[in-house]
Parts: sequence; C-alpha cells; structure tokens
Amino acid sequence: MSSAELTTPGLGGGLRDVLRSRYLLRLLVAKELKVRYRGSVLGLLWSYVKPGVQFVVFWFALGIFLGMNRNTENYPIYLFSGIVLINYFNEALGNAARSIVGNGGLIKKIYLPRELFPVASVWVSAVHFVPQLLVLLVACFIGGWSPGPVQIAAAVAGFAIVTMLAVGLGLFFGAANVYFRDSENFVDMLLMIATWASPVLYSWTMVRDGLFDAFGTGRGEVLHTIYQTNPLTIAVELFHFAFWMPTTTMPRTDPLLAVPPNLLDVWTPIGLGIALVVILAGQLTFRRLEGRFAQEL
Amino acid sequence: MVVAVDVQSISKQFVLRHTRSIKEAFVWIVKGRKGDLSQKFHALDQVSLQVEQGESVALLGLNGSGKSTLLKHISGVMLPDSGAVRTRGRVAGLIEVGAGFHPDLSGRDNVYLNGAILGMTEDQINERFESILDFSEIGQFIDTEVKFYSSGMYLRLAFSVAIHTDPEIFLIDEILAVGDEPFQKKCLEKIKELGDAGKTLVVVSHDLDLVARVCSRGVLLEHGKVVMDGDVADVVARLRS
Ligand SMILES: Nc1ncnc2c1ncn2[C@@H]1O[C@H](COP(=O)(O)OP(=O)(O)OP(=O)(O)O)[C@@H](O)[C@H]1O
Ligand SMILES: [Mg+2]
Repeated sequence: MSSAELTTPGLGGGLRDVLRSRYLLRLLVAKELKVRYRGSVLGLLWSYVKPGVQFVVFWFALGIFLGMNRNTENYPIYLFSGIVLINYFNEALGNAARSIVGNGGLIKKIYLPRELFPVASVWVSAVHFVPQLLVLLVACFIGGWSPGPVQIAAAVAGFAIVTMLAVGLGLFFGAANVYFRDSENFVDMLLMIATWASPVLYSWTMVRDGLFDAFGTGRGEVLHTIYQTNPLTIAVELFHFAFWMPTTTMPRTDPLLAVPPNLLDVWTPIGLGIALVVILAGQLTFRRLEGRFAQEL
Repeated sequence: MVVAVDVQSISKQFVLRHTRSIKEAFVWIVKGRKGDLSQKFHALDQVSLQVEQGESVALLGLNGSGKSTLLKHISGVMLPDSGAVRTRGRVAGLIEVGAGFHPDLSGRDNVYLNGAILGMTEDQINERFESILDFSEIGQFIDTEVKFYSSGMYLRLAFSVAIHTDPEIFLIDEILAVGDEPFQKKCLEKIKELGDAGKTLVVVSHDLDLVARVCSRGVLLEHGKVVMDGDVADVVARLRS
C-alpha cells in the first residue's frame, strides 16, 4: 500500500496550488465560456460585435457630435484604448468578487484550491478582452499605427498591472463577499469610480490643470501625484502610450504632454509594485478567511 | 497497522443564526460588543477517531448528529476549531451526488470537469473514460446535457467518476439512495471491491442493512459526540433500540 505521509487536509498552498491545477483551471474557464454563450447563434462572436459597435458609436457621438477631436487628436482611439482596459478590469473584478459565493455549492462539498475561482473569472475576462483588443488594433492600423518594441512592452505592462490588480482585489472581495454580501455592491460602486478616476474619458493634463486651478499649485501637485499613483491610471496611460500616441502627429499633439512625464521609467515600476502588493495582500486575506468558507456559504 | 485517518479530539461550533449584513455587525460593535453576535452550538464535540488503512467504517447517527460535518473535516472542506485531522493519501469524497456537475454541460464535459475537480489529470481521465462510461451505463446519453438526466442517471455518472479517481480514502455520504436496485448492487460490489483492495472507506448511510453489509466497524454519533465505537452489528442494534 501507499506509504504517503499523514497530512492535514484543507491546508492549501494558495495561488501556487492554482498553478498546479492548470488543467482544472482550463476546464473551469472553458465551462464558463460554454455556459455563457449557450444557445446564442453568434456565440463568442458577440464579444467582437459589441466592442465594434461601441467604437463606431464613440466615433460619431464623441468624436464628431461632441467635437472631442478638437481637444484630443484621434479622440475615439484615445478613448477606446483606455476603455478596453477598464472594461477588462470591470468584468474581471466584478466576476471575481462574485466567484466564491457563485461556486458555493462546490466549495462546501469538495476540497479544492479555492483561489481557482477568482483566477478563472479573471481569465474568462481576459478571453473577452482579446476581441476588444483586436477591434482597437484595427482602429489603430487605420489611424496609421506602427508600434515598436517599447510600445508592445508598455501594452504588456499595462495589461499585467490590471490583471494583477483584478486577481488581488478579486481574492480579497471574493472572500469578503462570503461573510458580507454587501461587498459585491461595494465592488460595483468601486468599479463605477474606477472608470471616472482614471484618464479614460479625459486627458491627464485636464486633471493637472483642474487640480491646480481648484487647489493652488502646492496642494494641486500633491493631489495630482496621488491621482497618478492609482495603478489603473498608470495602466491606462501605458495603453495610451502604446496604442494612441503612435497615431498622433507632431504639431497637433505635443509628445511631451501626450502621456504624463516619467511614465515608463518611474510610474510603470510603481504601478507594477503596487499591483504586486495588492495581489499579495489579497492572497493573505483570502487564506485567512477561506477556512470558514464551507460553513458560511 | 497503518493509520489512514487520524481525527484527534476535534470540535466544531456553528452559529445558529448567521449575520449577513455589515449593518448588524456595526450595530453590535457600536453597542460595545455586548453578548455574542450569534448563538453557537457544538456540531462536533471532542470527536476522536482512528481509521486504519483498509478498514471500512460506518458513521451512524440520527439526522443532525454531525456525520456529514465529520466527513467534511476529513476531506478538508472544513477546518476544526480545535483538535487536528490528518489523513494519509488521497481523499475522495462523495459528499453529495454530482457536486461539481454543471447542469448545462453534457455528460462528457461533466466527466472531465468533475474528474479534474476530484483531482484526476487529463491523461488519467482520457484513459479511464471508457471505463467510467461503461460502469455508469449511461450509453448514448453521454452527450446529453445533464439537466435532462434522471436523478438516478445523475448519480450513476457521478458515482462512476468518483470511483475512478482511485483515492486511498473514500468518503461516501448518503448517495446510494436514488440508484435502482441493480445499480445499487453494482455499487455495493464495487465498494466492497475497494475495501478488499485495501482502500479505506468511511460510509454514512441511514440504510442500516446496507452499511452492515459493507462495513465491519460502526461509529455512533449523537449530538456531535462519539457515543459508541465497535462492531457494526452492535452499533446498528443500539441505534435501532
Ligand atoms: N454550515 C453550517 N452552519 C450552521 N450549522 C450547520 C452547518 N452545517 C451543519 N450545521 C448543523 O450541524 C448539525 C450537524 O449537521 P450534519 O449535516 O453533520 O448532520 P448529519 O449527521 O449529516 O445529518 P443527516 O443524517 O440529516 O445527514 C446540524 O444541526 C446542522 O444544522
Ligand atoms: Mg448528512
């Protein structure tokens, strides 16, 4: 017979266990996608149609009707490159926060690494992000986009920041939601704020000028630094740098003002660092709370 | 002998009333944390149990006596408030029929999903798929969504996946109730076969005749306490009296 050691059941290795159960993770993601598009004719094609239509609407409503193109060159591309990232974050965190309660039936009957569920939610959202990215790329190419390695790296960094944030906060709120169902509503509110608290709809210079006008140079500077420290802001600006900036032309858009100064050498490491801290904190909280999942669900 | 399951005086308290909103907790904190936020009771009270490798143990007791709770502690789904649980080798629990089955997926997809949930690798499932299908006798319905299965078919497939995970320790909670007579017989034979192959079994069932046939040892729980541990016939006799 087996000579395995006596071990204590129910003590997992956290996110490391997720890496070990990659196959199960893949199946959970596939299940989620299959169930979501069950009975729809277009299936996954919907996730191409929706952002495509969204982009066309922006083009007309904001670019042409509201005349945002006058302030910001290629405004629809500017807007869309931020919005795809925020969409991804919204969907990922929203679903991750609900994932533990949503899979309660399973969690209280069978032991498995519970981190799988928030991670699977984020993964599913990443799958939905791909079509949006493709629509963005088409728009960029039409706008004359030709990226270099720096642009690609910036896009990857932006995506990584948002993914880590979503996993970390997803772990935190997913676990908290078991105890207080209020937390999923709190997350919805947070996501609404996230869309407006990062430079998706407006440009960072408007934030700076607005803050300086309202609070004076000294306090305005402090507030602007706080604003800039938001990892979502950094990620969105990285996407602007990667996708929108190469489509702009010199006299209309000053390359020094297009994205905040020191974006790549200072803010990106800060954003990645914060995202890392968030993921560690999320994991830590999750592990402290998961012992009582089965009885609370 | 080698101990496969070692439960050392574990206790578990549950709250009688669950608080679900921040408001209630807030009011409680503002009022100076007077009293307990929620009343508690012992679902398991200093339970100790050693099961040796290859042994078949029946957990018996009336409704609400803590049998399922004890199994959940052995499988690791729940953690004890005090005491310790240790197990040797892989544990698979049939805590409830088809936990982890998704109604909108086909039987085939569910076999893979549930197999992976119970800890099988992709290769293992591929390799055992035919055997799983054979044992379940689901046949052509394997590609039907399981929400259209009868409860017996559901059970057959779930049970079939679970026994093919080849665990060292097998926990069975009240799952044979919905199978028809021939399938129950087949399951019983399979369970016995597992026992003969040196697997450790912990079985919960209210079908006393059935457990008496499968298990040799009986453990009687009453309000979360072990009140009797001995030959299964004696325990059944005491429960019936
Ligand atoms: N998550 C929980 N929260 C609060 N109380 C619980 C929880 N789970 C179980 N209980 C309580 O613990 C007690 C034991 O439950 P358990 O399910 O272990 O009983 P059982 O012996 O399996 O009963 P049955 O024969 O009906 O299956 C019951 O009183 C039940 O209400
Ligand atoms: Mg029970």
